[in-house]
This record gives sequence, C-alpha cells and structure tokens, in this order.
Amino acid sequence: MEIKNALAGTLESGDIVIQIAPGDGLTIDLQSSVSAQFGRQIKEVITDTLKGLGIDNAYVKATDKGALDCTIRARVTAAAVRATGKDVWKD
Amino acid sequence: MRNSKVVTLEEAIRRSGLKDGMTISFHHHFRGGDKVVNLVVDKLAQMGFKNLQLAASSLSDVHAPLIEHIKAGVITGISTSGLRGELANAISHGLMEEPVVFRSHGARGSAIAGGELHIDVAFLGASSCDELGNASGCPRSENAKSICGSLGYALPDAEYADHVVVLTDDLVAYPNVPMSIRASRVESVVVVDSVGDSSKISSGAIRDSKNPRDILLAKQAAKVIINSGYFKDGFSIQTGTGGASLAVVKYIRESMIEKGIKASFALGGITAHMVKLHEEGLIGKLIDVQSFDKVAAESIAHDQSHQEVSAVDYASGEHTGSAVHALDIVILSALEVDTEFNVNVLVGSDGVIRGAVGGHPDTAEDSALSIIVCPLLRGRIPCVVPKVTTLITPGKGVDVVVTEYGIAVNPARPEIAESLKAAGLKIVDIHDLAAKATSIIGTPDPLPFGDKVVGIVMDRHGKVLDKIRNIEE
Repeated sequence: MEIKNALAGTLESGDIVIQIAPGDGLTIDLQSSVSAQFGRQIKEVITDTLKGLGIDNAYVKATDKGALDCTIRARVTAAAVRATGKDVWKD
Repeated sequence: MRNSKVVTLEEAIRRSGLKDGMTISFHHHFRGGDKVVNLVVDKLAQMGFKNLQLAASSLSDVHAPLIEHIKAGVITGISTSGLRGELANAISHGLMEEPVVFRSHGARGSAIAGGELHIDVAFLGASSCDELGNASGCPRSENAKSICGSLGYALPDAEYADHVVVLTDDLVAYPNVPMSIRASRVESVVVVDSVGDSSKISSGAIRDSKNPRDILLAKQAAKVIINSGYFKDGFSIQTGTGGASLAVVKYIRESMIEKGIKASFALGGITAHMVKLHEEGLIGKLIDVQSFDKVAAESIAHDQSHQEVSAVDYASGEHTGSAVHALDIVILSALEVDTEFNVNVLVGSDGVIRGAVGGHPDTAEDSALSIIVCPLLRGRIPCVVPKVTTLITPGKGVDVVVTEYGIAVNPARPEIAESLKAAGLKIVDIHDLAAKATSIIGTPDPLPFGDKVVGIVMDRHGKVLDKIRNIEE
C-alpha cells in the first residue's frame, strides 16, 4: 500500500499526534508524558491498529499527551486514512 | 532613629554569625512570586558559604536557581513542605547527596518549636517593617509594593530561630502596628527592591476552575458536606488548593443561605471565596495561616475577625490547642488515593516530585470529616490506585473520596456512608473505583525508580513515614 505523509491529532492534554511517513517495516518513535508506565501499551495499540488496516510498512512519529486507547486508535486510523487515501469508514 | 537595625544584607549576614554547615530558613508566603530565597542564597554563595541547610516552609518553580547552588556545595540539605518545577525534577533525578526532608506545615511548626528542626538564621520577607523590626505582611504606607497578608508560616521561625533577619521593600515609620513579627525577636532589618511579586501568589496549585469536571466534582462534594451530618449551625470548614476543592465553597454557600446555617470559622489558606462568605455574614471568623490571594491579603489588613495564625497554632499535632483540632470539615485534593484511603499529594505518577505536603495530613487527621476530591483519571494517569506512589496522608484520617464515578466512604466511618446513601448519593467501594480506572487505562508498568533515597517524608510526630527514591529516565 502506498503511503504519503499524513497527520492526525492535537497536542491537547488527553490527545495524541500521529504522523505517518513511508518506511521499511513498522517503526514507532514515541514521545509520551506517560511513557514510563504506558509506553509499551501505547506502541502496541498503534501497531495493532495499523496492522488491522493492512499497513505493515510505515514510519510513525507519535507525540502523546496522555491519550486513552480509544483516542489513540481513532487518531491512528484517521492518519492512516489520510496517508493511504483509503477511506476505511466508507470502503 | 536611635538603635536602628537597618543594615545591608551582607552586614546582616556577617552580624548573624552564620557559619558553614548551619541552618537558614525562609517562608513561602509569596509562593510563585518569592524573591527572598534566591536573593539571600545568591549573596551567601558570593560570600563563600558552604554546606548550608535550607529549611523553607515550601519551595516552588521560582527556586530553580538553587540547582546551581546545590551543585556548587553552597546548599547541601533541604527541608520543605513542597517542591515543584525544575528544582523538583533535578532532585528527583538524584541532584543531592542528602535526601530532602518533607514535613507538613503543622509538623514543621512543631519540629521548630520542639527543637528537632533548629534554625540558626531566619531570613523573613515582610511587606512592611519599621527600623526596629516590627514586621507585617500587610501594607502600611502608600509605597507598599508586595503584599502577602498572613505571615503564619514565618512565625515559628521568628519565635525560635537563634537569629532573625527581616527583609522588606517598604520601611515604614515606627511603630509598625499591629505587628506579626515582634521587634524583640529581630536582630537586623534589610531593605531590598522587592521581597516578592504579589500577583504570583495565586499561582501554582491555586486555580479557580472553569473545567466542567472540576465543577461536577465540586457539586458532588458540596452534596457530601450538606448530607454528612456535620453541616449544621456553627460548623467550621477548610478547603485545600486545587480547582475542585476551592469551588466547593461556592456550592455550599447557597445551601447555607437556604437553610439559615452559618459557619463559626474558616481555617487555613484563606481565599477570596471565604472572604466573600465572611463579609456576607455566613462565616463568623477567618483563621488565616496563609492568604491565598489579593482579596484575602487585603481582608486580613483591615478586618479584626480575620486572624493571622502561626503554623504551630494552625496545625501542630503536638499541641492540642492547634486550630485543626476544632475543625469540622476539610476538603482536600489528591494526586493519588489508594484502596486503603492513603493519599499522595507530593510525587507524580511519573515518580517525579511535583507537589507539596501542605496541611493535608494535619487537617485530614484532626478534622471531624475529611473529604478528598479528585477525578478518577487525569488523562491516562489514574488517581485512584491500588497503592500510592508515596504515602503522605495515612488512610485512617481520610473519610470520603469524591470522584466523577461515585463516592467512596472509608469503612471505618459507616455512619457517614449511611447518611449519604439516605440522601440518594451514589456510594461505591473504593476497590471498584481502582478497578474502573484500570479497565480504562490498562495496568501501568512499574516506575523506573533507582536505589538512591532523594526524599524522606516525616509524619506529624517526627517519625519517618515514607522514602522517595530517585527516578531513572
């Protein structure tokens, strides 16, 4: 699947910014205010969401401000839709 | 004036007989606007002092310059109620060899009075002072610049320190009455450009919240108070800092008017909300250890029934006459509450120090009813947890925890749970609150604590309650 640069989310408290770029394999560069306690879980949610959308090759920069898993999934999905042009909500 | 005590800061320090290794003290009435600590420690560094112990009633973001003085060996020990900002972060990462000693406001007062915390030289900022050292936090001339109101946390220092230096930015004609610090306790008076920025007093922990969740929590806490059995004519009340606990006052006001109930006194950090209720005749007296905003500082300057109180008379656990023993209801905030009702208000969920003990353990233990108001989650950070990161207020003193997912009552207080249930409030088990938090955020990985002790938390009676370890990135 072809990937363009795309972004979703904000830097508000409780939100996360997901930036997707082309990559070889899946790389997640996470910065989080709660990384010590939740970094592992956040990366898992991002990976699972992307793989569920059929994306196995991408560079993801995630800047997290304490987002819950539901928010992370929503932002990753939105960024992926913008990056691939494939609207998972419609298609 | 004959016998004037006015000298330069350098001369005051020389006269004090301060030596390396001694203990210097400060108050924090200017909170985020304090200018005295940095000014004095800069001067001490310049004069070549080393190994000093800094005993502050509290420290905040503005004291980041102390980091360099710690690295240079000027300051090697700190005792305080709180630490915030860069200084707190550096200390949490192992900046100091000696752990910081944390005490509540009441515990600091009684440690000073009992000699456990001996102060060699106190450097106390004052809004007005005369040439002989009569000092006050109230304005006494048209030149007044920095107004802090109550000097309650400075009074034990003034009473028990071996040597007292008052710093002021408004030297007024003798006699500066009524005085908070008496001339007979003062050796030197130093005139400086500014002792503090009053506009920054209501910064840091004190917020007037517009956050809808804080407002919901405040409304729930008000219902708890009204239906607790303690809400009757002549009751007394204290609110801690934090948006929700401050907002509670607004909501009990309506009920007080409706039911014709008046409070006998409000205690502690006094805010504009409390002053308003007092001026409306709903609160008889204000007992003020710390004026939390400009309105409170102005009120204490002119109102006879708005009384300044020392940290000892406010909250000492060793003095049975301290005001907390007469307190009915206290509303407090928390960073974390655990399933044993223990509370942490000092160390963040990332393991970094970011708060203050304050009067939390003092008021929780000695009041008749203590209510903790906190959200279940702050972002992804849980506030109701299986075990607090650091123990500050033991659960035996905590009666009710109010969250947006329900109200938990300490099993030791079944009568309160019954009253609240009868009023139709949603009472939940605190274990269920902790489980609810975990179900939303998952189980957090353990924090990367190291082996170095960076902080020691003392209880109200001089015993070690908990230790804080360094955090590794």
